[in-house]
Amino acid sequence: MYETNYHRASSVQEAVKLISGAAEGKYLAGGMTLIATMKQRLAAPSDLVDLRHIAEMKGITVNGRSVRIGAATTHHDVASSVELEAVCPAICALASHIGDPHVRHMGTIGGSIANNDPAADYPAAMLALDATIVTNSREIAAADFFTGLFETALNDDEIITAIAFEAPAKAAYRKFPNPASRYAMTGVFVARRDNGDVRVAVTGAGSNGVFRHQGMESALAGNWSPDAVGNVSVDASDLMTDLHASAAYRANLIKVMTKRAVAAA
Amino acid sequence: MAKITMTVNGRQVSGTCDDRTLLVHFIRENLGLTGTHVGCDTSQCGACVIHMDGLSVKSCSILAVQAAGSSITTIEGLAKDGELHPVQAAFKAHHGLQCGFCTPGMVMTAVDMIARHGSGLDEATVRYELEGNICRCTGYHNIVKAILAAAAEMGGARQAAE
Ligand SMILES: Cc1cc2nc3c(=O)[nH]c(=O)nc-3n(C[C@H](O)[C@H](O)[C@H](O)COP(=O)(O)OP(=O)(O)OC[C@H]3O[C@@H](n4cnc5c(N)ncnc54)[C@H](O)[C@@H]3O)c2cc1C
Ligand code: FES
Ligand code: FES
Repeated sequence: MYETNYHRASSVQEAVKLISGAAEGKYLAGGMTLIATMKQRLAAPSDLVDLRHIAEMKGITVNGRSVRIGAATTHHDVASSVELEAVCPAICALASHIGDPHVRHMGTIGGSIANNDPAADYPAAMLALDATIVTNSREIAAADFFTGLFETALNDDEIITAIAFEAPAKAAYRKFPNPASRYAMTGVFVARRDNGDVRVAVTGAGSNGVFRHQGMESALAGNWSPDAVGNVSVDASDLMTDLHASAAYRANLIKVMTKRAVAAA
Repeated sequence: MAKITMTVNGRQVSGTCDDRTLLVHFIRENLGLTGTHVGCDTSQCGACVIHMDGLSVKSCSILAVQAAGSSITTIEGLAKDGELHPVQAAFKAHHGLQCGFCTPGMVMTAVDMIARHGSGLDEATVRYELEGNICRCTGYHNIVKAILAAAAEMGGARQAAE
């Protein structure tokens, strides 16, 4: 790892101030992606601003069906939140399948979303839940937030402070985990609102990152059942091929994971 | 350079290290506690697992400065008055180790798992929760047995491994 300077912020305001004074600063949340990348010398921030001790960025509030999750809330805390489980068990289940217990004790929802790894789990939930990404300066709709592989709408030094969404009537996430890393080789989050609106978001498969599958959405809006998925065609031309799976294999996984998710919702 | 203070195995310790020093290196080199191991550089093997403020974490993926002010338990902190911790004793009794390299991380993981699940701990959960710990020797069966036996002895598990 290259040299770096560590700073600990105790408020959002202080974090922004600390990073604006740095040559090439980066926010540090759980570090489960960033420290690993720094160890491999793929990242070399001059300064790190630790967000883990900012109380206003932690915790989960549920008000009726309105959910707000602080960006520095760990995967473990999302997975084990009783309040959240009562309105949106799908997101708790998703968090409980990220990595392993030790990664879940450190990794945060804000870090995962800011990183926008094309195989990460949370981005699919954000899109399907029509979530709002709250930052220190504005609110961004999930639909506008994930802009490409490891790319987001965040400006330099912008901080995610929370994510917010309305819990849907039904939702579930199913992923086909890579057997070694547990990242999604394909993961599908489905959500259905009381007004019949359906969203299907796919991670781990698209060559441009997380995306919604319109074909699945209209089929499921007409008939909310795993059988509705069978005849939907999935175009493999925009899907990833890598050492883990071909695009055609991923196209099939999208169908299978959507079926499983609808069955579980 | 940073001067940091933390509580390790119940004792307050201070030391000076680079901001980039990993917690595992601080523990091994500054504190001389070499029970915590490094088995990979990809955050995957779990040989480095310790407890930070009561939760299992991978000390190879945390900077020592991040841990400043926290309370750390390492494998050296488990045995009390020369008596093995029940999880350590169970690993010995059930042959949950061969070379022993992964064992400190496995034991720290097991202690955390038993603390979180208590009586809900069953074999499927143990296997699922061992996702972040790799053992190249034992084939895991005896590790699972040891953890279930320890959980039972500690009043946790519903049924012990036979
Ligand atoms: C062994 C292992 C297995 C894993 N398996 C999975 C898996 O199955 N599924 C999955 O989805 N993920 C997985 N991960 C990744 C894990 O979820 C990370 O925790 C997550 O991707 C990053 O979160 P973090 O809090 O650790 O962020 P960090 O590593 O601290 O930061 C990541 C990036 O986000 C930026 N950042 C962090 N917080 C904010 C913020 N609030 N505002 C703006 N920018 C911010 C940082 O500057 C950095 O660029 C795995 C990681 C490991 C090590
Ligand atoms: S040394 Fe392998 S996970 Fe920490
Ligand atoms: S006992 Fe040798 S690696 Fe587990």
